[in-house]
Amino acid sequence: MSFIKKPRINHPGLDTNAVGLTIQDYEGAMSTLCAGCGHDSVSSAIVQAYYELAIEPHRVAKLSGIGCSSKTPTYFLRPAHGFNSVHGRMPSIATGASAANRDLHYIGISGDGDSLSIGLGQFCHAIRRNVDMFYVIENNGVYGLTKGQFSASADVGSPARKGGGTNEIPPIDPVLTAINFGCSFVARGFSGDKTTLVPLIKAAILHRGFALLDVISPCVTFNDHEGSTKSYLHTREFEQTAVYADFVPIRDEITASVDTHVTPVTLHDGSQIHLRTVDPDYDPFDRDSVVAYLREHQNKGQIVTGLLFVDETAPDMLTLSSTTQTPLVDLSFDTLNPGAAALKTLQKQWR
Amino acid sequence: MRPTDTLDPDFYHRVVDCQWACPAHTDVPEYIRMIAQGRYTDAYLLNRASNVFPSILGRVCDRPCEPACRRRRVEDKPVAICRLKRVTADLSDDVRPLLPPIPLEKNGKRIACIGAGCASLTVANDLLPLGYEVVVYEQLDRTGGLMRTNIPAFRLPQTVLDNELNTIIDMGVDLRLDQRVDSLATLLEESYDAVFIGTGAPRGKNLEIPGRYESDRIHIGIDWLESVAFEHTKKIGEQVLIIGVGNTAMDCCRTSLRLGGKQVKVMARKPRGYFKASEWELDDAEEEQVEIVVNHSPREFVINDGQLVGMQFDVFEYHVDDEGKLQQELIGEEFFPCDDVILAIGQETAFPWIERDIGLDFDQWDQPVVDRTTYQSTRAGVFFGGDAAFGPENIIWAVEHGHQAAISIHKHCLNEAIDDRLPFGMNLVSTKMSIHEWSFSNDYEGANRRQMRHVDLKERFNQLNIEVELGFSAEQTTIEVERCLNCDIQTVFTTDLCIECDACIDVCPVRCLTITENTDEPTLRAALTVPAQNPDQPLYVSATLPQTGRVMVKDENICVHCSLCAERCPTGAWDMRKSTLLIPYAADEETATWQHKTA
Ligand SMILES: Cc1cc2nc3c(=O)[nH]c(=O)nc-3n(C[C@H](O)[C@H](O)[C@H](O)COP(=O)(O)OP(=O)(O)OC[C@H]3O[C@@H](n4cnc5c(N)ncnc54)[C@H](O)[C@@H]3O)c2cc1C
Ligand SMILES: Cc1ncc(C[n+]2csc(CCOP(=O)(O)OP(=O)(O)O)c2C)c(N)n1
Ligand code: SF4
Ligand code: SF4
Ligand code: SF4
Ligand SMILES: [Mg+2]
Repeated sequence: MSFIKKPRINHPGLDTNAVGLTIQDYEGAMSTLCAGCGHDSVSSAIVQAYYELAIEPHRVAKLSGIGCSSKTPTYFLRPAHGFNSVHGRMPSIATGASAANRDLHYIGISGDGDSLSIGLGQFCHAIRRNVDMFYVIENNGVYGLTKGQFSASADVGSPARKGGGTNEIPPIDPVLTAINFGCSFVARGFSGDKTTLVPLIKAAILHRGFALLDVISPCVTFNDHEGSTKSYLHTREFEQTAVYADFVPIRDEITASVDTHVTPVTLHDGSQIHLRTVDPDYDPFDRDSVVAYLREHQNKGQIVTGLLFVDETAPDMLTLSSTTQTPLVDLSFDTLNPGAAALKTLQKQWR
Repeated sequence: MRPTDTLDPDFYHRVVDCQWACPAHTDVPEYIRMIAQGRYTDAYLLNRASNVFPSILGRVCDRPCEPACRRRRVEDKPVAICRLKRVTADLSDDVRPLLPPIPLEKNGKRIACIGAGCASLTVANDLLPLGYEVVVYEQLDRTGGLMRTNIPAFRLPQTVLDNELNTIIDMGVDLRLDQRVDSLATLLEESYDAVFIGTGAPRGKNLEIPGRYESDRIHIGIDWLESVAFEHTKKIGEQVLIIGVGNTAMDCCRTSLRLGGKQVKVMARKPRGYFKASEWELDDAEEEQVEIVVNHSPREFVINDGQLVGMQFDVFEYHVDDEGKLQQELIGEEFFPCDDVILAIGQETAFPWIERDIGLDFDQWDQPVVDRTTYQSTRAGVFFGGDAAFGPENIIWAVEHGHQAAISIHKHCLNEAIDDRLPFGMNLVSTKMSIHEWSFSNDYEGANRRQMRHVDLKERFNQLNIEVELGFSAEQTTIEVERCLNCDIQTVFTTDLCIECDACIDVCPVRCLTITENTDEPTLRAALTVPAQNPDQPLYVSATLPQTGRVMVKDENICVHCSLCAERCPTGAWDMRKSTLLIPYAADEETATWQHKTA
């Protein structure tokens, strides 16, 4: 942990975005994570994405559970709202928040332990309901915060850094899990590759519904050693990008691409993502073939990254439940609490 | 791009913008840190090693370091480098006992220096400790050259001057005051092993327009200032016009105000922004209510009944054309009444006392032909330095010429090739104390530049020699030292250790680091996290990184040396190392020769 704060310096390269903010306005407190932790890179990519999308930070709510990953909301979007929940329970907080105020952008930050071990049930149900949020799993294969025990994403055969043997329990893959539970946006990135990570984040933020981003985010302290399948070196060696997502903001003129492998997907605010598939047969709109593709490469030990599956048509939780378009804070007290008589009338309907 | 060769001392030297810009390469950040630690005497001595006159320069240096200061690229104002130099002088103990001893036994070589200005005295300072006998000829009855005769005492008090000049003279200079050298040929017949010419640029430029010789109230600036310094001139008329807007003009107008001038106007031919005077000298003059009149070009002196009554000027309008050149258009004439006119339009060298048939060549502009590295003329053993060498400059350049000429004189006396000189060297030492602790203050101080305190406007005119600047207070010093960005503490990169985690890139407050594919320089400059737009500042490019084959690129332009990259790097690939430039002086040449002989 550094003793000094990151200084705010108005250097010549400091531009402003469409809402007049600099990238510094999207930063947070100095990180207290280990130097070189992948999570810090993810935070920095998140800062970059919100800055480029020109979303005002105070229109964002940051939600997280427990873990090094779950600590990171402190390190970005200083002016945003935030809630640090009990371990693994962030999805239900997010569900409630989204129901109460549909106008905010929700970002859930979680870890492989937080989402796949203790919080797996919560995670799956938030996907099922298609809560309108951007959900990040900073995946390092260990419980970083509690000093490196294997998490539910650790691969079979992974050696612990010091003693503790090898992991023999099969892993849970968040990407396959999400697709199976009907997730409407599934992506995987790598903290060490911001050029592909930032557009994925931008698309995930603007997707309506549950957008899962699994980021391989190495734990330099407990899981970056030889034999680890979540290290910088291993990820670089085995990463296979299947679909590049080029983000095209709504403000830019959208020109038809000549490349046949490029499929434009229009997001709900009108901006587009251009999906560039590396394999011409890859179909990011067909759940079954995506699952097959992922399994095939997983068996070869490869880590498939990119925007792997997207369905812009799936209705999100608020649409399905036909709740009010107005955030609850903006409703008058009378509307929110119509009184005992109104309650009686309502109850009568179902007698 | 090829990997940067950081072993070349120039690479890290350039990062220290102030030191690179200083003609004498003063180690600015190190002396500022010494002040911060309360080591004033050490800080003074460190200054003295390169610039010889810290107390004088701490007041009047032309300070090319300040416009170059990195701080100007992240905020408006540079670190008050010059003012902090004065702090070292104000608070230093007597340094005489700490200077190199002068050997009692001489080396048998005699050197003549002509002129007792800063150039000659620097030569004496460098050669006396090596056992030379140094004879200094000076035409006036006092030492110091223009520093004494032209720089007014309200900017540079006599006591300050005496203190630093006498430190050198007392090392054993054989000082011959009131002895003008009238013939170089005659001097060369005496048994000197080398001659150094530090006679300055003593001739003020004239303005040959109608009426010039019809009044005795038209003065040449540098002559007039000298006569004020010698107390021959004690007053001036109420209405004074100064022609020219350089630093001499600023001294003339401010001196006029102290001798009875009431309406003092500086007449400039061009608009603001094209003035020759330094920004701070203009500020100081305007603070004293001097009016600067722009776009007026002298046409004639108006004389009535043999008396100067004023001057007629052509009035111009200026605009910048498509090619960025300044175009002028005459739009009228204007008369300004006055009692005195002071011409401050430049100076030049004059060598009527150097014979032209002694093998010492002069060029088409009648300037001596002098080598820019060795400062030797075309006659072996005769050297030039200071304003005499290439025309008027300033004190710090004169000092640097003196150092270089001293090296040449020493090598000449040893019969060594004078152009085979020791190169600059560079030391690099890590400043790491523990994981996140450095042996320097790495936190960024956001405070603005401290303002120099001045003597009250009324009070300062009571006497000619009241020093206007009061120096920095302890509080001002404490803050100003922290504004220095420690540019000599270098970010040093070890390619093989980098695991490309991006931690340094993410944390850098000015976003000057990038890991990217290597290409040519223009493409690379455009592809950085923040494009590198300042072509005067180099890029650092690493060797090929082990994991992806990309390269680490750093734009040196706006790094604030905060150490965060090194603190966030998990492998220690970045380290903060203090660079010390090793500048060779005559004494180092002596040591090198001695080592060579005994090896
Ligand atoms: C008005 C004015 C203000 C200035 N202000 C500044 C300032 O604020 N900061 C700054 O850095 N610079 C300033 N300068 C410039 C600076 O003073 C000179 O660049 C510097 O003094 C040059 O030093 P020097 O040793 O080369 O020569 P000089 O200082 O000119 O010294 C030459 C000496 O040689 C003597 N001499 C000449 N001919 C002979 C001879 N034939 N025999 C014997 N002796 C001889 C002269 O009498 C003189 O003493 C100023 C100059 C002027 C005119
Ligand atoms: C209910 C509960 N059980 C256990 C813990 C202990 N605990 C804290 S963090 C953590 C694991 C975090 O792992 P992960 O989500 O992968 O985060 P990382 O630190 O690896 O980023 C555990 C088990 C807890 N805080 N609360
Ligand atoms: S323990 Fe691991 S996950 Fe936690 S901060 Fe350190 S490197 Fe990151
Ligand atoms: S020291 Fe490092 S982190 Fe700080 S400004 Fe320079 S490159 Fe950036
Ligand atoms: S922090 Fe260190 S290891 Fe990480 S990218 Fe920077 S230099 Fe390389
Ligand atoms: Mg984890």
